[in-house]
Amino acid sequence: MSEAQAPGLPLNRDEALAWLRQMQLIRRFEEASAQAYSAGKIRGFLHLYIGEEACAVGTLRALQPDDAIVSHYREHGHALARGVPARAIMAEMFAKAEGCSRGRGGSMHLFDASRRFYGGNAIVAGGLPLALGLALADQMMRRPRVTTAIFGDGAVAEGEFHESLNLATLWKLPVLFVCENNLYAMGTALQRHEAQVNLAARASSYGLPAESVDGMDVLAVAGAVRRAAAAIRSGGGPAFLELRTYRFRAHSMYDPELYRDKREVEQWKLRDPIILFIQWMREAGLLSTGDLERLEREVEAEVSDALDFAEAGTLEPVEDLTRDVYTPREARDAPR
Amino acid sequence: MPPGERKAMVRMTYREAVRAAVREALHRDPRVFLMGEDVGAYGGCYAVSKGCLAEFGAERVRDTPLCESAFVGAGIGAAMGGMRPIVEIMTVNFGLLALDQIVNNAATLRHMSGGQLSVPVVIRLATGAGRQVAAQHSHSFEGWFAHIPGIKILAPATVEDARGMLWSALQEPDPVLIFEHAMLYAMEGELPEDAGAVEISHAAIRRPGRDVSLITYGGSLHKTLAAAELLAREGIEAEVVDLRTLRPLDDETILGSVTRTRRAVLVDEGWRSGSLSAELSARIMESAFYELDAPVQRVCTAEVPIPYPKHLEDAALPQPESIAAAARRTLGERHG
Repeated sequence: MSEAQAPGLPLNRDEALAWLRQMQLIRRFEEASAQAYSAGKIRGFLHLYIGEEACAVGTLRALQPDDAIVSHYREHGHALARGVPARAIMAEMFAKAEGCSRGRGGSMHLFDASRRFYGGNAIVAGGLPLALGLALADQMMRRPRVTTAIFGDGAVAEGEFHESLNLATLWKLPVLFVCENNLYAMGTALQRHEAQVNLAARASSYGLPAESVDGMDVLAVAGAVRRAAAAIRSGGGPAFLELRTYRFRAHSMYDPELYRDKREVEQWKLRDPIILFIQWMREAGLLSTGDLERLEREVEAEVSDALDFAEAGTLEPVEDLTRDVYTPREARDAPR
Repeated sequence: MPPGERKAMVRMTYREAVRAAVREALHRDPRVFLMGEDVGAYGGCYAVSKGCLAEFGAERVRDTPLCESAFVGAGIGAAMGGMRPIVEIMTVNFGLLALDQIVNNAATLRHMSGGQLSVPVVIRLATGAGRQVAAQHSHSFEGWFAHIPGIKILAPATVEDARGMLWSALQEPDPVLIFEHAMLYAMEGELPEDAGAVEISHAAIRRPGRDVSLITYGGSLHKTLAAAELLAREGIEAEVVDLRTLRPLDDETILGSVTRTRRAVLVDEGWRSGSLSAELSARIMESAFYELDAPVQRVCTAEVPIPYPKHLEDAALPQPESIAAAARRTLGERHG
């Protein structure tokens, strides 16, 4: 097994292949989701993550299994990178009871309590206060865990962002704030929605360490997250990371993309995070042509299996419509 | 205790009763903590938590910055993380700044996650008018909150309920909001020395009567009891129903009373349009229409922002005389 050293990041061949596989899985999963949307299998809103794969894989791979994740509504990639089965996510989007939220949430509300994946929050910045609370519980119970709140650049304009950075720093909460800056809050460019476009500078005004990272470079993301998480876990208080990234596809399936130049999109595609990582692996001698073909086949099969699983899934019985608005009696009576 | 032996009774204010409940909860359950604006060093805006910081320390009695959305959201997150937070919101008008967290997170997370998540948070809010603090500190929004599935709403109107509802609320696996009317904090009552938890699923008949049902809750209970006294002098026996729990409503007690008296007056400090009283009226129409001898009457707050001058504030609110007048209307010419 060959070893290659990214800056601050030991990464062996098996790990590197696993990371690449996850990035490819996210890409292929999103492409299949778009097709399923066009075929009418997925409805509602569908926000694709294509172009931002390095953020999810770099972040989630650098965290521990008992750390908590609170994400936003463009979260399929985060859920996949957290290990939520592709089947359960696709079934969720097909509104099937086998979905990871029983089909009740859809694309924007993926949950998996067993993996401490707390959504899927479609109110921009609305998940940040939840992350504070999850972290507060860990702090009060003396559990050495980190809660990561992932949000977009649009969230930086919301009051919750400022309230949350202030409170987390004040109480030294073990929260990692990860801002995926893809330069657009839906269709409004960063410089049109932020008075201060240097988001790390802005965050650092609350007195927490803040750093900007190349969000197209999975190694840079993972290295930054690993360092930040280690400092947080050892009691150093919260940290902020800006991941500079770009969404290659439209905001959602309804978006005609009137607000950005196609040349800008093409420029960013030259820094496709998957291509960049493949290049790095090749140069490091971690990837053969055979590996790549095998990964592509595996990913294709996994997505195809997810689609079949979702298609074969069942609809929740209408009699269960109001189940779990409140805790059902049988669950209440069980010891908690 | 052997039958006939009288329990030792103690006199205390509503404020002291809430404080006793908070202290009991902090003593009994290490997962419980109190947080909110000025709950610690200041002793609580209404002095409810006076002394608690010294007794329990700054980790469990937490002063927050002025950031309702962040600290209410943190309470929700901490509840998901295994704690049993009591979050205090200084006044219901400030609670509007946390509406997103309460409505979009606390109330939805269980259902939207397919039953995976529980949010056992208790949020206490001061509500109501009567202190000449004008239109941003005096409103009664509990009817709005009672509109929302996924949360439970309590309105303790007596010292006994102020003492006993909190512990019961903390045993709920779902979010509970407790609305404490600001005019009640100084009210005194007598309680058994060993008073503790009370049940929170039923309305209470505070005064039995056969001629008309006066249905109310919270701060209006005492005005309604005063109205019943006025009516008694005229030979009208009014029954006074204290809702206690505003969501879910105890239809059985409400409809049972109306069925016996055949007349209903609804007293609600909220505004009349789209109010809790409107909901009660609709339920009576749906289920007890043929039992009624007179149209349902409502006594609500005048549809104005609560004004500062005492005479105008008094004029805006339900008062014993206006409640008694509404009761007389249901009795027709005999008393009109």
